[in-house]
Amino acid sequence: MPLTDDTRDKARAIIARYPKPRSALLPMLHLVQAEEGCVTADGVAFCAEMLELTKAEVGGVATFYTMYKRRPVGDYLVSVCTNLSCQLLGGEEVYARLKDRLGVGHDQTTPDGTFTLEHAECLAACDFAPCLTVNYEFFDNTDPDAAVALVDALARGERPTPTRGDSVSTFREVSLQLAGLGAQTDAEGGR
Amino acid sequence: MPLTPVLTQRWTEPEPWTLATYERLDGYAGLRAALAMEPDAIIGLVKDSGLRGRGGAGFPTGLKWGFIPQNDGKPHYVVVNADEGEPGTCKDAPLMMTDPHSLIEGIVIASYAIRCSHAFIYLRGELVHAGRRLEQAIAEAYAKGYLGKNVMGSGFDCELTLHRGAGAYICGEETALLDSLEGYRGQPRLRPPFPATHGLYGCPTVVNNVETIASVPFIVRHGVQWWRTMGTEKSPGPKIFSVSGHVKRPGQYEVPLGTTARELIMDLAGGVRGGRSLKAWTPGGSSTPMLTDAHLDTPLDFEGVMAAGSLLGTAAVMVLDDTTCIVKTALRLTQFYAHESCGKCTPCREGTYWMVQILQRLEDGQGTEADIQTLLDTCDNIFGRSFCALGDGATSPIVSSIQYFRDEYVAHYVQGGCPLRSAAVLA
Repeated sequence: MPLTDDTRDKARAIIARYPKPRSALLPMLHLVQAEEGCVTADGVAFCAEMLELTKAEVGGVATFYTMYKRRPVGDYLVSVCTNLSCQLLGGEEVYARLKDRLGVGHDQTTPDGTFTLEHAECLAACDFAPCLTVNYEFFDNTDPDAAVALVDALARGERPTPTRGDSVSTFREVSLQLAGLGAQTDAEGGR
Repeated sequence: MPLTPVLTQRWTEPEPWTLATYERLDGYAGLRAALAMEPDAIIGLVKDSGLRGRGGAGFPTGLKWGFIPQNDGKPHYVVVNADEGEPGTCKDAPLMMTDPHSLIEGIVIASYAIRCSHAFIYLRGELVHAGRRLEQAIAEAYAKGYLGKNVMGSGFDCELTLHRGAGAYICGEETALLDSLEGYRGQPRLRPPFPATHGLYGCPTVVNNVETIASVPFIVRHGVQWWRTMGTEKSPGPKIFSVSGHVKRPGQYEVPLGTTARELIMDLAGGVRGGRSLKAWTPGGSSTPMLTDAHLDTPLDFEGVMAAGSLLGTAAVMVLDDTTCIVKTALRLTQFYAHESCGKCTPCREGTYWMVQILQRLEDGQGTEADIQTLLDTCDNIFGRSFCALGDGATSPIVSSIQYFRDEYVAHYVQGGCPLRSAAVLA
């Protein structure tokens, strides 16, 4: 999807939130991912032009943060926490089973472009360990069988209900939310 | 010791995150009271309450606010640190999900006190659910005049912008957070000057943790005396403790500071699960030295935990049972610090990388006696010599685990493998 005048309008809306334009860079990189599926060279150039920065300055920022992906991400980014509290309760086993089921390793995408798998650093859900997220929507208190059932359901085109939100978005949809745009519905339940 | 639900008191109400529920339960009464006070009087009140920062360092909040120069002709900023992501720490996400208006109310009070008209919440990017919740609550607060121009008819203006990060634990460090909020790589700044004089956009800035700011409306509403009925002289008030790992009932427990680890872990969280025994625990997240069952009577306040040789940190208690391999634990946490090291300073960037290699070698049974000393020497060269506290924190799991479990490290190279469990599955 090319970066259009509509993207520019969205970027201007982001820039308007801040006293200084450069503060808009992080949300604008999320916007680029919403439009392009990852941070592309075009996306870097777009941010540079809108903010009057060099491409090197934008690239330096884009490569610093884990959530900016330099290769196309699948429809569903599956992040499995393997840090201590989750690891103590089986997070590594969840990750191993998903690796096996999806046939890909860390930061790799299935050939059909449906899933990208990663093992994540702490996701701040230690009291619901082990946990995983699908496009950053939480599935708490998971286990290897439940995790496999989850990706199988996603592969069938279903959208299973996460523990804390009302639905799983695609990677592009959630990227728009991260840019502070997109539907900010709040129909979900408690924590 | 019973629970003292203050910040968590609304968590059990139906739909506590809505403005309607919040207003019904005394919401924004603190702000109304604050707007009738002089700003300096609010700073004095927070000073007198003894409230200390809940983000790890425990710095006195009122003192921090008092450092902001007044009548300097510059904009002032309040920035909330909601970049929660240290292993074990998981209190701010449920607070923002469940009671977002308490955070917003605290932000407006803090802004009024330090004469700030534009505040920011720096939210960890991955917490998209909390982002939606905050977005909704902020919109409600604007619609009812708790934010925006002329807050509650007082003549005071307060804008609030929600800013999402992009995945970097280092942005929880306050100066790295400010750089990130300005659109740069999130790397810490040299201090001094401190954010109180040279913060966001070089202007006077208060950076406070979510739980710290959310405490403020309660203090303003109910007073210093009431706040000080909980906790200790030097660590007053209630605190949300996040208990995770091998306990029967993991969760968030709000108790007075000074509650003992035994009461928290063994009573409230139900003790170690599966009939196992306690091996080790962290008082305040992965960056605080781990302690053992010999320290269970430690009072969990800033002074008590320090006297026991650790730090209260974010009060994130991770519990390890006796089946847990201590070398694997240190390895996993060191991998975290190696991944999250921002690369700005050599001791942290290189030290964490090489310590992962050494710990992996030990865990695989390929280590030697010299490895233990190399680890301690490396930690010695990181602690106090790195640019920010991330490096210091990275040494905690290693130094403390060698201190209490050296025999287990030795067993790894004597037996040629982990005596407790098999190797890692990560690749």
